[in-house]
Amino acid sequence: MVAVREAFGKTLLEVGHTNKDIVVLDADLASSTKITYFAREFPERFFQCGIAEQNMIGVAAGLAACGKIPFAASFAVFVSRRPADQVAISVAYPGLNVKIIGAYTGLFNGRTGASHMAVEDISIMRAIPGIIIIDPADAAETAGAVRAIAEHKGPVYMRETRDEWPDVFGDGHIFEIGKASEVRSGDDVSIIAAGVMTSEAITASEKLKEEGIGAKVINMSTIKPIDEEAVIKAAAETGAVVTAENHNIYGGLGSAVAEVLVENHPVPMQRIGIRDVLNESGTNRELLNKFGMSYMNIMEAVKNVIARKDS
Amino acid sequence: MKEYGESKEELKRLKEISNKIRCSIITMVKDASVGHIGGSLSVTDILVALYFKVLNIDPKNPDWENRDRLILSKGHGATAIYSVLAERGFFPAKELETFGIIDSKFQVHPDKTKVPGIEASTGALGQGLSVAAGMALAAKLDSRDYHTYAILGDGEIQEGQIWEAAMFSAHYKLDNLTAILDYNNVQLMGDVSDIMEIAPLDLKWESFGWNVIETDGHDFEKILTSIDRARNTKGCPTIIIADTTKGKGVSFMQDTCAWHGNVPSDDEYEKAIKELKN
Repeated sequence: MVAVREAFGKTLLEVGHTNKDIVVLDADLASSTKITYFAREFPERFFQCGIAEQNMIGVAAGLAACGKIPFAASFAVFVSRRPADQVAISVAYPGLNVKIIGAYTGLFNGRTGASHMAVEDISIMRAIPGIIIIDPADAAETAGAVRAIAEHKGPVYMRETRDEWPDVFGDGHIFEIGKASEVRSGDDVSIIAAGVMTSEAITASEKLKEEGIGAKVINMSTIKPIDEEAVIKAAAETGAVVTAENHNIYGGLGSAVAEVLVENHPVPMQRIGIRDVLNESGTNRELLNKFGMSYMNIMEAVKNVIARKDS
Repeated sequence: MKEYGESKEELKRLKEISNKIRCSIITMVKDASVGHIGGSLSVTDILVALYFKVLNIDPKNPDWENRDRLILSKGHGATAIYSVLAERGFFPAKELETFGIIDSKFQVHPDKTKVPGIEASTGALGQGLSVAAGMALAAKLDSRDYHTYAILGDGEIQEGQIWEAAMFSAHYKLDNLTAILDYNNVQLMGDVSDIMEIAPLDLKWESFGWNVIETDGHDFEKILTSIDRARNTKGCPTIIIADTTKGKGVSFMQDTCAWHGNVPSDDEYEKAIKELKN
């Protein structure tokens, strides 16, 4: 297990070596987001913006309009909720090549509490036309995503997880924007998960296997544009779907999957996620348990949708 | 420092261009039944001075890397900048007839991706100075000598982001950035000083680390001299606080919020054009 933010920071440094157009912007949280690796190596390409995220996003837009590839990083709440209009009009509307990095997402925010919990960052970004949204599953996928978005031309919002979290992929994992991957096979149900919830879904799948239930796990790290084909295929193969996301159940992965299914291949479905509440300080595991998002809750949801399938 | 000392003929030429631009603004708003006349008329002379005397640009090559950048942060002045860009040769003036109509590239607030010469999509007030600061920073990074301008509305600077950008630009010593404030003292609901006082502007911007120049925003000689002083100021960004008149050039449109977003009737249109052509 590697702290995911370490993988992010070190990979950003790596792409900074190969691509001199990459510049990094901070709003006084570099030591938390780990863009410090880049800042130490390339101080001339690192811009401290102070605690002023609306301006940071605008400056990033101006840099991108002149050929730079800005990575603007802060806590997810401060780069989504606060500067939503700047993201929409200065960055997304002209389609500028800005990479917005949101750390401390969902329940996982280092016990900082509700003010620092991004439960709606994905819904906000999904509702703004033209932004790619990525919530990587682990350290390896975070590294792969940093490499991929540095190459991709256009606005991207990427989530970054703070802590150590079980690996889903090995170091050889190749991340591709817009491509889901099947990380566990199964015929009875599909669990479509993103971010830290993918490893939780894998735990659920393994325990369900002991009970004789085959739960396929799909890692849907690109939430927009969502891999529609993979969603439809999983629904067709298993006839029931559970989604698992570290985000409000409104507007995130569960909503995106539901939209695809309703229009293409309706099957019994249940969403696991934050149920429209702001949360509190606690460890990641305590919060997952308290807010109904642990592998046990996923297992229960799986049994519910299978029962609905048969009724 | 360059003293402009423009000849009388040259000043007359600029004034004639401004009059033509003002007629175009009023015609566009009249034809489309949408748009913002008052703030477009107040910013016209500033834009004409910049596009016809100052900016290092090539209308035939609008994406030229070393061009000067101008961001109309007060995107409500779209009809003014579209008319100026047309007059400067970026596209045929005839195309302006589509302003505000479905499928037109001329949106009521500017879209960078649609119109050659538009450097930022604006209209959501308060955002352009940050984008301009990013462009000025990119010039420093690449050791390019282009200059970046941001035209701000006076109501616009009530937005908090402007002051974030003001801090940032001074902190990074962006002396290749000049803001020009179109200080007409009228916003949608009334006088700026009644809605939300922004004065004393010289003290505010100076205390944020900016070089401040105050000028008459309808006097070409003074506008050009101020811009020249701004370009030659080193170590900090400059703001030119341009004293202007909302609705400038048409007697019944001047100094009133009634013409912020009003569309002229047939009679008003004819009267306005007649005044401008005299």
